Amino acid sequence: MLYRENGQFKTTYAADQQIFTIAQDKWFVLGIVAFAFLAVPMLADEYMFRAILIPFLILSLAALGVNLLVGYCGQITLGAGAFMAVGAYAAYNFLIRIDGMPLIGALLLGGLTSAGMGILFGIPSLRVRGLYLAVATLAAQFFCDWAFLRIKWFTNDSSSGSVSVSDLSVFGWVIDSPAEKYLFCLGFIVVFAVIAKNMTRATIGRQWMAIRDMDVAAEVIGIRPMYAKLSAFAVSSFFVGVAGALWGFVHLGSWEPAAFSVDRSFQLLFMVIIGGLGSILGSFVGAAFIVILPIFLNQFLPALGGLLGLHISTAAVSHAELIIFGSLIVFFLIVEPHGLARLWAIAKEKLRLWPFPH
Amino acid sequence: MKFRALALAAAVSAVGLTSATVSTAAFAQAKEQFFPVLVYRTGAYAANGNPWANGYVDYLKLVNAKGGVNGVKLSFEECEFGYATDRGVECYERLKGKGATVFQPLSTGVTFALTDKAPVDKIPLVTAGYGRSESQDGSVFNWNFPLLGTYWVGADVAIQHIAKQAGGLDKLKGKKIALVYHDSPFGKEPIPLLQERAKLHGFELMLLPVAHPGVEQKATWLQIRQARPDNVLLWGWGVMNSTALKEAQATGFAREKMLGIWWAGAEPDVKDVGAGAKGYAALTLQHSAEPNSKVVKDMLEMVHAKGQGTGPKDEVGSVLYMRGLISSMVAVEGVRKAQERYGKGKVMTGEQVRWGLENLNLDQKTLDGMGFAGVMRPVQTSCLDHMGSSWVRIQTWDGTKWVPGTDWYQADEKLLRGMVLNASRKYAEEKKITPRTPEQCKQ
Repeated sequence: MLYRENGQFKTTYAADQQIFTIAQDKWFVLGIVAFAFLAVPMLADEYMFRAILIPFLILSLAALGVNLLVGYCGQITLGAGAFMAVGAYAAYNFLIRIDGMPLIGALLLGGLTSAGMGILFGIPSLRVRGLYLAVATLAAQFFCDWAFLRIKWFTNDSSSGSVSVSDLSVFGWVIDSPAEKYLFCLGFIVVFAVIAKNMTRATIGRQWMAIRDMDVAAEVIGIRPMYAKLSAFAVSSFFVGVAGALWGFVHLGSWEPAAFSVDRSFQLLFMVIIGGLGSILGSFVGAAFIVILPIFLNQFLPALGGLLGLHISTAAVSHAELIIFGSLIVFFLIVEPHGLARLWAIAKEKLRLWPFPH
Repeated sequence: MKFRALALAAAVSAVGLTSATVSTAAFAQAKEQFFPVLVYRTGAYAANGNPWANGYVDYLKLVNAKGGVNGVKLSFEECEFGYATDRGVECYERLKGKGATVFQPLSTGVTFALTDKAPVDKIPLVTAGYGRSESQDGSVFNWNFPLLGTYWVGADVAIQHIAKQAGGLDKLKGKKIALVYHDSPFGKEPIPLLQERAKLHGFELMLLPVAHPGVEQKATWLQIRQARPDNVLLWGWGVMNSTALKEAQATGFAREKMLGIWWAGAEPDVKDVGAGAKGYAALTLQHSAEPNSKVVKDMLEMVHAKGQGTGPKDEVGSVLYMRGLISSMVAVEGVRKAQERYGKGKVMTGEQVRWGLENLNLDQKTLDGMGFAGVMRPVQTSCLDHMGSSWVRIQTWDGTKWVPGTDWYQADEKLLRGMVLNASRKYAEEKKITPRTPEQCKQ
């Protein structure tokens, strides 16, 4: 009853081309963003910020980047962790090697470097596709792992191979409290999410989707596969690279290449598959699922055991966490192969027809 | 359709429950000294993480059984992080909120990640036998305590031991020493010191990294077979150690010429190889396997006999169990020392525990009284020296058990001090920290 577009007439083309054509959607999303900016900093405690919200936001951004490539352009990548690493190390080097480099400048330059790497490692996509491409992008992962472990210059000759960044500040705003770090990340996410959404609605996004759906047909109607594929790699790597830089700078503060191992690449790919391929919302839902659920299970299971008067050992909790997490992934993929975002879309459909859904 | 409803319900309830548990995370602080325990009982390093965690927790139980620290009982909570840095940081945040006053992450990667956070949160970081080597300089690293030894101490003693076997430091000239290391901050820590020593004595240092978790070492040992180094230093952790020993056996490299760091010298590392590892030697962080020490007997009597033991009984007294136990002991003694100044029988804060750790003075009499006779040598920390002692023994695997050697080594103070100061000053410059002056230290 509440969710119905009756009476909302569009009288201009501009109104018809809004991101959210239905007023309720628009207010809902704006409400969430306002809540995240205004209410969350007052409500959440330090643990929430540092252990849950900041990693969630940053990995959402990375998942968004991966989703542009895998979900919208249909090019499977297993190199996302590597592009995060490129972003992080490039931003680090820009920050320490150039005097007076502003923080945001370093982060964006990190993203641009990553975009360059993305184009380089995207070249095989012009010839190979599907699983073969996945293996080709895996090369990026191994190459970057090797480079950041072995080439001392990248880590500023740090003997342990671990680099660290501190004293973050933007235009005199010193970012050190968890709430400030959260807001800083949130700002990035909102801007990048709007950019991503608009890209997917514009020419470039439509080209990506055409390539994804059938590349031969896309070529026939005049889409250049090279331009479309490489632009998808570049944009995706840029997003992922900025996320990597944020991960190193804001979340970890000090990191080593293991923070961006092949596990991270798999994790990001699973996020978009579980969240929903080709959906902006799906990137966020998928990131929430993968980041928050294990931590939640890890704390919830002992609490549940305590409620039932059982003492569950730490190892048992950890094993149970993996078992439940794994089975939930399988469960959701069976229930909704199109990802969690699809569940949300179905719910909206039903709401429109309520109280007579069919 | 039904399935979908179920899925939705599950998702919604999961979200609800998350907010419920997270809100309970901000625990009320009890009248107990709380010890967070970061452990890895699962994953690739569980075989080594388990005994350490059991020893750590058991000692806290033993202190409680003896009446606590001047009457203050110790409470603890474990958090599993599987040796993953990001989960370790999550555990830190989670347990910090519960009133933690000292952290021991048992991971060099996590130590690096927490080094910047500790001063902000005012919680000391004890890294007994691991962590950043330059954090020995307490005037820069106020909150880091690499008690009992760092990797630079380990590397230094390893070279001294090899030199002693060869008949003197001058005999090292022209020798070839290979370092087989875990490719992480942990494994890379000793490299600067070894390079320094290589320059001083004119031996050749071969660096052979092994990728996590260390089960794939064929190529490494082929290189060793080709290059024929005189000695191999093994800087491994977990399954990497037993794999290295098996590969050494397969390539026919004499185990007697292999020397491991103290993290490569425990029962899980050699048990699978058994007689194949005979002759392999490893450094000890003072202690070896100590099944006959008094503290172990107390433990069996006061904790395990009452059914309170954390792990299996036959593990008590093994190398890593003792390491956990001693790590726990130095933290508890830090609290005890702090109580001497800030009020006996009170719960200490992180800042007070930091003072306690910085003024730790465990002489032989105190240690013997606590049941550590023959296990440990005195530890005395100060503002400039957060390590407190650099005593190391060499233990040898005889095919069934570790046999500690009788010689005690100490790191070369002059060499170590210079390197520590260089590195810590560089760190201070990078982070814009002003090192504490001797006057500030006295406060």
